[in-house]
Amino acid sequence: MIEPSVLVVDDEVQFVETLVKRLEKRGVKTSSAHSGQGALDSLAGSGATRTDVVILDVKMPGMDGLETLAAIKEAHPLVEVIMLTGHATVESAIEGMKHGAYDYLMKPCDLDILMDKLNAAATKKREHETKILEARASLISLRRGD
Amino acid sequence: MLWCCSCKTTLGSNFSPGMRIASSPGVDRGDQAAMTAPDTTDHTNAPKTGVRSVIIGVALIVLAPLVITGAINLQQFQKVYRNKVDNEFRVMIERHSFIVDSFIEDRLSDVRVIAREHPIERLKDPAFLRQALNLMREEYHGAFVDLGLVNEDGIQIAYAGPFNLELADYSSASWFKPVFANESFVSDVFAGLRGSPHFIVATQRRVGNETFILKATIDFESFNALVEGIRIGHTGFAFIISREGKFQTNPRFEVSLNRPPYEGILNGEIRSDRIIVVDGENLLGRPSIFAFAPLKQGRWLLCYQQETADALEEVRKVVRLSIFALLAVASVALAVSFFVSRNLASRFAEADRERTVMTHQVIETGRLASIGELAAGIAHEINNPVAIMVQEAGWIDDLLQDEDPTSQENLAEISRAVGQIRTQGDRCKEITYKLLSFARKTDPSVRAVSLNDMVVEVIGLTSQKTRYANVQIVTDLNPDLPEIQASPTEIQQVLLNLVNNAIDAIDQPGGTVTVVTREEGDAVVLDVRDTGEGIPEANLARIFDPFFTTKPVGQGTGLGLSICYGIVEKAGGSITVESEIEQGTTFTVSFPRESPRSDQSIDSNSEREEP
Repeated sequence: MIEPSVLVVDDEVQFVETLVKRLEKRGVKTSSAHSGQGALDSLAGSGATRTDVVILDVKMPGMDGLETLAAIKEAHPLVEVIMLTGHATVESAIEGMKHGAYDYLMKPCDLDILMDKLNAAATKKREHETKILEARASLISLRRGD
Repeated sequence: MLWCCSCKTTLGSNFSPGMRIASSPGVDRGDQAAMTAPDTTDHTNAPKTGVRSVIIGVALIVLAPLVITGAINLQQFQKVYRNKVDNEFRVMIERHSFIVDSFIEDRLSDVRVIAREHPIERLKDPAFLRQALNLMREEYHGAFVDLGLVNEDGIQIAYAGPFNLELADYSSASWFKPVFANESFVSDVFAGLRGSPHFIVATQRRVGNETFILKATIDFESFNALVEGIRIGHTGFAFIISREGKFQTNPRFEVSLNRPPYEGILNGEIRSDRIIVVDGENLLGRPSIFAFAPLKQGRWLLCYQQETADALEEVRKVVRLSIFALLAVASVALAVSFFVSRNLASRFAEADRERTVMTHQVIETGRLASIGELAAGIAHEINNPVAIMVQEAGWIDDLLQDEDPTSQENLAEISRAVGQIRTQGDRCKEITYKLLSFARKTDPSVRAVSLNDMVVEVIGLTSQKTRYANVQIVTDLNPDLPEIQASPTEIQQVLLNLVNNAIDAIDQPGGTVTVVTREEGDAVVLDVRDTGEGIPEANLARIFDPFFTTKPVGQGTGLGLSICYGIVEKAGGSITVESEIEQGTTFTVSFPRESPRSDQSIDSNSEREEP
């Protein structure tokens, strides 16, 4: 069982804090941000390698979920994003999936379901990373002429 | 008149059903929006007054000229005809006065000839007189009764006739003196010595110093017949009176000479030395025409009288005929105008109704849209705090896992309470989801819609209502049902209306509403069946009419089914209804199945994944 590293992004501070606590309790390394820009900063600061999955609220003041998603995907293509949405913004979440989000969930969400999706997303990311590492290794060995 | 009756009955039968329906309580066949029912009566009354005023207007325009020209024509005709009648009277009475005058004159000249042509000795001979009398009687059909010769002293010295009047003394008779004065004389009618009416024509004959008078008696009957024969129409008759006001012939009907115009004539107020025609009244008080002509140099008057109505009988015939023709033309004109204007008015009413429906639909749509927006906003705002609450409850639950079950007595109870918070939070979530999904902006854009999903969604929305109404909803949904091309929000509206109506139709507890989806040939069919009280036959035909509702005032607009009808028609489908009293009602909506080439959008796929 991998231990995914997660960034929770939502403008509802209370929601984020509790979610972080609950995820930590389940052994998930969790950080938080309260805006799209904050998320991008956090990712840039901590290094993309240490964050596997971003849980991203669709509806936020300022930079909204979709914009943030595009920015994350551009800067950190391997990071998986799970969209978090209220019912009224389902269309946006679907739009997000078209633009590379891993999945979407509706608030308030069952934590077990969230955990499953987190693990699945993290596994996918790790697999991608492994593949990339392997590709690099074979590339290096090719160069070295082994 | 015929057309009048038909117009009344048609109007009556046209509008009574509307009244009946407006006042009859019963099955609920409209939608829930709060609009007032008095609309219904307004809209049925408007065409009624419209038809009436148009009919009256057209009738006036058509009838007024007819009546006016008819009346003018008739009046002119009457005037002309009256002149003609007057002239006829003049001619007639002139002719007859001539005849009567000639008759008297001829008799007088007959006597005169005998008196002049024969020697006095022969005149004194009764045998000769008898011979002469017989000759005259033969010639004049008995007009002469007798013939006699009277001497200066008034003694009849010779006589021929049926009576024994020889040597009768006429010295005091009314005609005796005038004969001497005037040479010849015609007397008035009188009874005389013999006691039967007659008159005398007499002439004198001078022989030397002696003067004899030859007198003949003219039979009254023959003279009377002469005048009595003057008759026109049913009431026309003639008679002769003397200047003194004595009847010289028998009038056929009773006549009073003390009344105008006779009175005026006799006392000289009205000149009568020539022919005159005057109006007056007869003894029965009926308007009559009177004509007078002088006879015997004005000593007698030939009178003729006839009731005006009788004299103008021809005019009356013409009047009757023209009134009949006028009525015929008027009825045709009225009938045509009635039908034309009724047709027009009903078309106007139809257009009016359609416009009102449109307006109401626009208002309704707008209202739903704004309610939707409002609800969406509220639902979304509530959703966030609820999410936090559920999250916190989940956190408490997480923390409780770490507690020692023995260290806290109330652990189980706390755990239960937290569970309850989560459950109720989920309930809130469900409500806001439903509200959001229903209240999303009305979107008329057509796409592939799964009818089954819509049914499930709508039944979820009505679950509260079914619980209160104690109604069970049963679904029989064909899982292989093809999708249809329609606007999801509109189909939702149709389903919601049908299901709500079905629930409302059940007034006894324990009813069932069955929703069935099935394929039928090329069509996707939806049945909504209830076990309610059914819809009466009379209402069934009007059930899709706008504003038709049996709900109490203020509870239904009567637009729901009409809007459903419009939506289904727009989607190329059809909606029908079958109902049996006390058994229930089935609404059947049929949509054409989606054309195979149209792709399924991601939206409809993903929406089915919603919890």
